[in-house]
Amino acid sequence: MFSEANEKKLDEIMTHYPVKRSAILPALYIAQDEHGYVTDDDIRYLAKRLDMRINEVEEVVTFYTMYSRKPIGKYKLQVCRTLSCMLMGAEQITEHISHRLGCGIGETTPDGKFTLQEVECLGYCDLAPVLQVNFDYHEKVTSESVDKVIDGLQQK
Amino acid sequence: MTKVLTNRFDLKGGACDIDVYLKTGGYQALARTFKDFTPDQVIEEVKKSALRGRGGAGFPTGMKWGFVPKESKRPKYVVCNADESEPGTGKDRDLMRYDPHLLIEGMIIAAYALGARDNYIYIRGEYWYIKEILEKAIAQAYERGYLGKNVLGSGFECNLYVHPGAGAYICGEETALLESLEGKRGHPRLKPPFPAVVGLYGGPTIVNNVETLAAVPWIIQNGGEAYKALGTEKSGGTKLFTVSGHVNRPGNYEVAMGYPLMSMVNNECGGIPGGRKLKAIIPGGSSVPIITAEEAEKVNLDYESMGTVGSMLGSGGVIVMDETVDIFETTMNVTHFYKHESCGWCTPCREGTRWLFKVFERMHRYEGRPGDVELLYDLADKILGKSFCPLGDAAAMPVQSAIQKFRDDFDRRIKSTLVQINTAAD
Repeated sequence: MFSEANEKKLDEIMTHYPVKRSAILPALYIAQDEHGYVTDDDIRYLAKRLDMRINEVEEVVTFYTMYSRKPIGKYKLQVCRTLSCMLMGAEQITEHISHRLGCGIGETTPDGKFTLQEVECLGYCDLAPVLQVNFDYHEKVTSESVDKVIDGLQQK
Repeated sequence: MTKVLTNRFDLKGGACDIDVYLKTGGYQALARTFKDFTPDQVIEEVKKSALRGRGGAGFPTGMKWGFVPKESKRPKYVVCNADESEPGTGKDRDLMRYDPHLLIEGMIIAAYALGARDNYIYIRGEYWYIKEILEKAIAQAYERGYLGKNVLGSGFECNLYVHPGAGAYICGEETALLESLEGKRGHPRLKPPFPAVVGLYGGPTIVNNVETLAAVPWIIQNGGEAYKALGTEKSGGTKLFTVSGHVNRPGNYEVAMGYPLMSMVNNECGGIPGGRKLKAIIPGGSSVPIITAEEAEKVNLDYESMGTVGSMLGSGGVIVMDETVDIFETTMNVTHFYKHESCGWCTPCREGTRWLFKVFERMHRYEGRPGDVELLYDLADKILGKSFCPLGDAAAMPVQSAIQKFRDDFDRRIKSTLVQINTAAD
């Protein structure tokens, strides 16, 4: 179901716990890594693999914000909106990105490259405002530094 | 000042490597533990230190450890709460990315004290690269015999795994964290029984914050009394604070408990930019009551002192706001946070946070109705102390304290009677 490397990774993760179900959060990251989002097939497969019911997997997926049940952009641009980032101008950063990409909050660009999201506190309060791109962080961002980040990603 | 937690911060990424950690005194506390301490003596030493939980609740750590039954049919666990998600707080992030072995050493000592073989670090999913740093450090600790079947030849078996969360503030609440670790939605559990008696997989479990566990090696090396002496009578030791918002040098700073709040703002953080005046400070993460500039002048960074101005030390997330800030806006921002993060389990929190936000939205458009400020206060009152877990309180306290202390910022959002009459005439 997953690539051989990822199947191995999941096997290893499952040895960490006395019950299989405990591996569901790490397993969902693997699914997302393979398919870009959590697909219906992933849910059926993981239910079987981890001795869970399909609805139990689904309720976990929908509870946690870091999983997506539908396709999203290759690069997820997440601007923290919570207090410390707000004080340091996060709103302007979001507006700037939105304007530049012509894409609203929660939307994906037509080429499928970027999804723009506003998220709650990322734990970078002292380095605000912060932009997270997939699993990378950009600290103390400005409109100019964000432009550079996007330029770089567009060339990839 | 004696540093307990941040001695290796200047090395930056350097202490991630076990050799650097060993060269700078690492794993000596663990060796000493096996040589000089029985498990009970470790707990006694931690009790003497007056160390209190650094995640936010401030519960005495030694006492918590003392609740774990000596005999248990089910396995015991030590779980590190690295789900750092209290707005304003980024201290555990630096502790883990600059000095991962310090946490690992603290966890092994705790596991030895409590008799736990398998142990977990539950880290927020957003800290993915820190998870990788920890995993590398753990692998090194296994290689060198600090983890594994026979730790340092003591016969004690200790395993440590890193488990990623996936973006849910509620999982910082210890029982919700355990549910999440068991592969479920992060809904809190009814207490009692407390995790120390019935926790992970039904076994006795200690859940401690990163910073709490990271203080343990120093306590073992230097003694509980020495740790306590660094701070105040009731708030032992040092604490790591994240200062954010309107200061010249935001960052993570370790100071002794009892350090004056304004010294932190003016000395460590270089004061407020542009010569502007201070308006308010949220001293312990967004959940705690806000304090005014006058109150900030007379308060110290310790649990008791914060209580004298009706606030709390919380997680140590100090959010500084200058005179340009509208407290209505900031309170609305944190209310949005709690609305988003309410797990949906209990009615007062799930419905209450939504109602609060609805009223905020109306006032935000300057369409507040007379009585809306009182309504906000009353709604918060209907949540406070009535929710299943402290998330409800965390949503209510900022609203009530902001109204009490910065009422003008709220009143401005109420459509005046005059305007209403004019609108009606239109």
